[in-house]
Amino acid sequence: MDIRYTPEEQAFRVEVRRWMAAHVPAQPLPDFDSTREGFEAHRQWERTLHAGGWGMVTWPVEYGGRGLDLIRWLIFEEEYYRAGAPGRVNQNGIFLLGPTLIEYGTPEQKARFLPAMAAGDHIWAQAWSEPGAGSDLAGVRSTAVRDGDDYVLSGHKIWSSRAVHADWAFGLFRAPGSERHKGLSLILFPLDAAGVTVRPIQRLDGKPVFAELFLDNVRVPVANRLGDEGQGWAVCMSTAGFERGLMLRSPARFQVAAAKLVDLYRARAGAADPALGAAVAQAWMDADAYALSIYATASRLMAGGTIGPETSTNKIFWSELDLDLHKTALALLGAEAELTAAAPDASADVGDWLDGYIFSLAGPIYAGANEIQRNIIAERMLGLPR
Amino acid sequence: MDFRLTDEQTMLAEAVGALLHDCCSGADLRRLLESGAARDAGRWAQIEAMGLPLMLAPEARGGSGLGMVEMALVAIACGHAALPEPLVEHAGIAVPALVAAGRDVPAGTVAVGHPVNPFVADADTAEALLLADGDAMHLVPRAAVTLVRQDSIDPFRRLFRVDWKPAPATRTGGAALWEAALERGALLAAAQLLGLAQRAVDISVAYTKERQQFGKPIGSFQAVKHHLASAQVKIEFARPVVLAAAALPASSLARARVSHAKLAAQAAADAASHAAVQVHGAMGYSWEVDVHFVLKRALALGQAWGTPGFHRARVAEHMLSAPLGPDRTFDAVPLQQEARSEAA
Ligand SMILES: Cc1cc2nc3c(=O)[nH]c(=O)nc-3n(C[C@H](O)[C@H](O)[C@H](O)COP(=O)(O)OP(=O)(O)OC[C@H]3O[C@@H](n4cnc5c(N)ncnc54)[C@H](O)[C@@H]3O)c2cc1C
Repeated sequence: MDIRYTPEEQAFRVEVRRWMAAHVPAQPLPDFDSTREGFEAHRQWERTLHAGGWGMVTWPVEYGGRGLDLIRWLIFEEEYYRAGAPGRVNQNGIFLLGPTLIEYGTPEQKARFLPAMAAGDHIWAQAWSEPGAGSDLAGVRSTAVRDGDDYVLSGHKIWSSRAVHADWAFGLFRAPGSERHKGLSLILFPLDAAGVTVRPIQRLDGKPVFAELFLDNVRVPVANRLGDEGQGWAVCMSTAGFERGLMLRSPARFQVAAAKLVDLYRARAGAADPALGAAVAQAWMDADAYALSIYATASRLMAGGTIGPETSTNKIFWSELDLDLHKTALALLGAEAELTAAAPDASADVGDWLDGYIFSLAGPIYAGANEIQRNIIAERMLGLPR
Repeated sequence: MDFRLTDEQTMLAEAVGALLHDCCSGADLRRLLESGAARDAGRWAQIEAMGLPLMLAPEARGGSGLGMVEMALVAIACGHAALPEPLVEHAGIAVPALVAAGRDVPAGTVAVGHPVNPFVADADTAEALLLADGDAMHLVPRAAVTLVRQDSIDPFRRLFRVDWKPAPATRTGGAALWEAALERGALLAAAQLLGLAQRAVDISVAYTKERQQFGKPIGSFQAVKHHLASAQVKIEFARPVVLAAAALPASSLARARVSHAKLAAQAAADAASHAAVQVHGAMGYSWEVDVHFVLKRALALGQAWGTPGFHRARVAEHMLSAPLGPDRTFDAVPLQQEARSEAA
């Protein structure tokens, strides 16, 4: 164990810090869910990042990455969040589909999809969930019927984040007549293809953050299938592993939020319930513990280990930490907690805390509900019977 | 940066774990209780044969020259076994204090009367005691003190009030030794709590696979699963904190990390031992199963070496005074402001 950064790692941090200082927009971008304008502003930021070579630092150089190791990825993320850089509108693509493509894609697929993803030309949505298949993802009913060199996709997907404005989506489709985990294929499709209808869904505060997708005989080439026919479940589980386990929520996000929470506590401590101090300290410790745990996982993966049950423990931990952190912030804000950013008397960051709280409510649901993660921990990690 | 145990560290943890698994089972604990003896002489001899009591002493003084990460790993194993003998306090706290004070380590164990703890554990079996007189640390022979036994709910905790008179001849050092002892004491209590937490889950997993109700093992019921999964999550996020606290050089962050480790491990041990009682049903409330050994030790260590309130205050102090942020996880040398100013 050597928990010091190497001089090279320190130099890398300086390099990222410099670049971020020079490029992060001075004014926050409009949010990417509410309007097309906000979405395109974020696409532009993805292009800026890509031009600087920072689009996806762990990818191989040939696909627009830097081929960096996971410790450097963590350092990059730390500097990214420290600098207050914009949220990644393409996170479904770069963090989830990207690594899956690198693992399972054919050379043609990699060449076709990865550079466009890294450059922000293709912004991706995930199309897993269906109205009748949420936690029980193997219950998806949407079909892919083989017709010559094409698949014909039909069905109904739902809760697809950012699909309102995104360019492409990936999801599971089954061969007609197949059941459960068998006969599923992972297929990539453009959201502007003939037969795709995208209907925005408002989240509980009215923002159109997700969408349902109606697929009516949508034709895509067989070359859009990732992995073998009928092997979609295994491929998609690998994506879910990335999502819960590492890439989706790097610790820096929570560490920056916790530091802001400490500032808020300092600013409001006079008026605050003294018990809130304990909640603030807990949030800070939890963010710190999450970082330590991810560094341990990253160190292990770099030494050739594989990702295991920590995907589920991480998912529970970061989602509960995020929720507690934001609940504590609202408690500190007191009567102002309910003010949206648009309220005339809302001080600078009031609306952001509320927005963060609303978002954190979803954490224990998406990326596999926490109840499901607890089942996985009990059965696969502790070995309890089904 | 490589936040993994080395092969040597993993091997040490496994070897100590295996030793204690073999000689410190629930049955061994019960046998010791029945015998009325303070220690299991055979077990202590095996622990000595492994060189554990002197593991932190330099090689020149007959020790193994190992560090706090290794000591924390041993303490985790001691917690997992609910070891009755005072290996952790002797090897992890008394020995380094004596080494730092330039004193010889007496044969036999040395008990520690840290001012933060009201009672001295295992004083009766000790050769000598480290005791506080104000800021001063004294090394006092066992024969020179009077002990008043304080019964603990944990039948293996041998606690004493110590009546003694300081004399210039026994003085070994000052406040710095006590401060360092507190950091080690809290960290190693955290490590033991982590081991205790995992033991509570392990005992419960084994039981809930076997015990049947409604025609099925109770471990197949989701409510039972979720109790244990939630405890395991707490364990997973206490472990790296304990190890990082053990690996950090002394600093304000290291102090906060020790306190965080203590709080997180205590919360894990609390959740796990309570879950263990619950999923065992009435069995868990009985003397028959080993759960109560774990529960009681966790209760004791949770308050020893600084109460949760004490440690929360230390965390708050760091949190409100030190620069925070994602580049501070490992107390990284602060980078020059140059990056920002150059770019501006
Ligand atoms: C903000 C947000 C963004 C999302 N983005 C996407 C996206 O981009 N793409 C996508 O495909 N999906 C997305 N989802 C959907 C998400 O993946 C599902 O909501 C999630 O898998 C749960 O499915 P469900 O909503 O159908 O709930 P259900 O499966 O109906 O579950 C409802 C409740 O029952 C519990 N439950 C269900 N089964 C069990 C069980 N066996 N044991 C114990 N409890 C159980 C659940 O834990 C939950 O509490 C998103 C959801 C949210 C909230």
